[in-house]
Amino acid sequence: MLPYALRRLVLALPLLLGITLISFCLMHLAPGEPTDMGSADIPTQSDKEMRDRLRQEWGLDKPLHVQYWNWVTRIVQLDFGRSFSPDARPVLQKIRERLPITLLLNLVEMMIIVTLAIPIGAVSATRQYSKFDKITTVFVFVGFATPDFWLALMLMILFGVQLGWLPISGLRSPTWEYLSFWRQQWDFFSHLILPIVVATFGGLASFSRYMRQSMLEVVRQDYIQSARAKGLAESVVIGKHALRNALLPIVTILGLSLPGLIGGSVIIESIFAIPGMGQLMVQAVWERDYPVMMGNLVIVSLLTLGANLVADLTYSLVDPRIRVAARRSRR
Amino acid sequence: MSRLGLRHLGWLLVLALGGCGGEADSAVDRATGQAAGKPTYGDTFIDALTGNISGLIPNVLTDSASFEVGSLIYSGLVTRDKDLNIVGELAESWEFSRNCLDLTFKLRRNVRWHDGRPFTADDVVFTYEAMMNPKTPTAYREDFRAVSTVEAVDPYTLHVRYAKPYAKALQSWATWILPRHVLETYVKEGRLREAPQNRSDPIGTGPYRFKEWKPGEKVVLVANPDYFEGRPYLSRIVYRIIPSQATIFLELKAQGIDSAGPAGLTALQFKRQAEFPAFRKAYNKYQYQDNVYTYLGFNLSDPRFADRRVRQAFAHAINKRELIEGVRLGLGREATGPYKPGTWAYNPNVRTYPYDMAKARELLAAAGWRTKNADGILVKDGQPFEFVLRTNQGNDERRKVAEIIQASLKDLGVKVDIQVIEWASFLKEYIKKRRFEAIILGWGIGLDPDQFEVWHSSKTGPDDLNRIGYANPEADEMLEKGRASCIEAERKKYYDRFQEILAEDEPIVFLYFRDALPVVSSRVRGIAPSPNGIRYNFNEWYVPRPLQRYTAG
Repeated sequence: MLPYALRRLVLALPLLLGITLISFCLMHLAPGEPTDMGSADIPTQSDKEMRDRLRQEWGLDKPLHVQYWNWVTRIVQLDFGRSFSPDARPVLQKIRERLPITLLLNLVEMMIIVTLAIPIGAVSATRQYSKFDKITTVFVFVGFATPDFWLALMLMILFGVQLGWLPISGLRSPTWEYLSFWRQQWDFFSHLILPIVVATFGGLASFSRYMRQSMLEVVRQDYIQSARAKGLAESVVIGKHALRNALLPIVTILGLSLPGLIGGSVIIESIFAIPGMGQLMVQAVWERDYPVMMGNLVIVSLLTLGANLVADLTYSLVDPRIRVAARRSRR
Repeated sequence: MSRLGLRHLGWLLVLALGGCGGEADSAVDRATGQAAGKPTYGDTFIDALTGNISGLIPNVLTDSASFEVGSLIYSGLVTRDKDLNIVGELAESWEFSRNCLDLTFKLRRNVRWHDGRPFTADDVVFTYEAMMNPKTPTAYREDFRAVSTVEAVDPYTLHVRYAKPYAKALQSWATWILPRHVLETYVKEGRLREAPQNRSDPIGTGPYRFKEWKPGEKVVLVANPDYFEGRPYLSRIVYRIIPSQATIFLELKAQGIDSAGPAGLTALQFKRQAEFPAFRKAYNKYQYQDNVYTYLGFNLSDPRFADRRVRQAFAHAINKRELIEGVRLGLGREATGPYKPGTWAYNPNVRTYPYDMAKARELLAAAGWRTKNADGILVKDGQPFEFVLRTNQGNDERRKVAEIIQASLKDLGVKVDIQVIEWASFLKEYIKKRRFEAIILGWGIGLDPDQFEVWHSSKTGPDDLNRIGYANPEADEMLEKGRASCIEAERKKYYDRFQEILAEDEPIVFLYFRDALPVVSSRVRGIAPSPNGIRYNFNEWYVPRPLQRYTAG
């Protein structure tokens, strides 16, 4: 078990290197450089001297492979560099500032989705073509078809403008500092309600579909038949035997969506004015802020690889066949 | 306006300290509280910015959000008043020598930095040194290149000597003055951007002090009790960063913010969506001419567009009135050249191009475009007249302009394909390499009429701004003379002639100046719309005690 894990870990390194190399190349393939970004419509004097100095300072005057090598040597020392944007702040600091709110939103969203999607999916599978199933099917298609931003605006108009129950955007009221402790907590929480509802809506649709599908497959298996034949109560058959097996693929999908937890949604963040990772990344792309883009990518790829590793290890724990196959391939 | 576009549009406006200018200052709602009672201190003003600020030392930044915030924290030696005249800010008075080469400033004596240290002429010398230090990554060095020496004669007298007369000499001292005692080491090491004051606790001399900046979320400023013109009335300013224009509008409707930011509303919001009684009661809307014009530009090295008659024909074929109606709902003014009507340099007596299809056809025929092919497209020497019109992504207005022009030119027998490209790529692949046939873009204009960088024939390199490759010796001469004089009447003659030449050549089709459409909560008083917009007297804005909404002291 341990050697297997180690082997996977060692293999992940070249993979990570490959990912960063490809990202690095792609990033530089996009036309435009950070030093070009100034003077859109305004006749600023194009200061060539300053541009050359910045290019030199940032190492953009060197050939691409040298730039990449320099970046790698720095990153192995965990030096993510400084942002190219005029605040020139360390990349890690910028990411650290944005990460908590994105993580919080996505974790809550994920928990809500899982707790709702599993029962919905299970029930609509066991009562296939029932009224409940049909209603959820309609709901699911509505969920798939509704654009995030539209739903967000509609909810903002209803709850923010018409009813005035919830704040429209941001994370805190402008008067937050002057509120009592509990009012502060409520203030913050109330700002999160709409974004979470919007983010959950689409995810819930797809997850409950997966669950329904997975459940449908399981209930047709022979062992479910035998469980019933044994005379077990239907609740035990479904709740214990079927549900557990049906959850396996869901766990895989969950594992794969782990990296998405730090990704952040650009649309939701922009509409609700939430300073999260999505906005950071998009702005970095617009400004061709290479260090921030790469820093972001490294963290996302690390998480993806990590999540895959954990998933694989869990499998091999659960399923002896994978362990055996691994041992054989080594011979 | 794309986010990038918008940001850059911002800089000149703020560089001129005092915000947007405009001549016809029609406040839509004249109930804008003048007079009623004595100004009172207090309340919080919540403003919206569409972009995150990128730092707190504006001298090394380029985005309008940072300038907006920076202009309340820092001051310059001079600024612009409501009528766009240059007036003293940190300077009490100034004097030019007769040959325009020596400029002497008398500085105010009662000014303190936000940390309590006195402000002196030495700080101005330091700011100049910082701007000229090759290690300082600033985009505004050009303003100071003409300076030969800057010297603090005594703590409150500054002497500047110019190598040759420079028209923008006085205006350039509107730049933000930085404190030597705080930033000197960073400037010396070439790390001004990395200075902690660029991230928090900047030290300036302006009416507001820094309180906090939560990146991507908000910036908070508080009134400076020691401000040299007296403590400003509004106690606290919160800039909320809200990237979506739709969200800003909903926040306005829910009265969560007091202003839609310096950029204001979109034309559609201003004209249609904000027209209901509750909104009119809660907000005052203002409208004035912005310092930005939109144009149709040609690559003049393309033989088809090198012919002046073709450009003139296009100018006649585009119905500007209809265009403004279509893309701005009428909230804009026709442009006849690169100067704003009503400003001193504007020349109203130049050739204009009223909508006239017959004339357009005539001009095209004279240029050799006579016969049409089976598709109804004009042909000359076997080549059909078709070209690609490019503009940048994220700017709906420009895309619409392109579509209207496409339709107009189709009537003329010219086929136009539209391509919308992401800004960075557009700049790098098409504009800088001059690989375009025609473009829709905009120019922001400064408060000084010098437009050397945009029109002079020496400025056609890949990184220069004469992107269309315009070259006219007489225009060059006028530009050179105009920037070398410091006497307004004399400069006016040169720029008048320059505008005549431009109108005759029509190197680009000048389309329209857009209107700025700000809104401000109606509880805020003291706003006096002027040719210089509304923000020039921000320090005098106040909320009468009974109307104060937030409890900030």
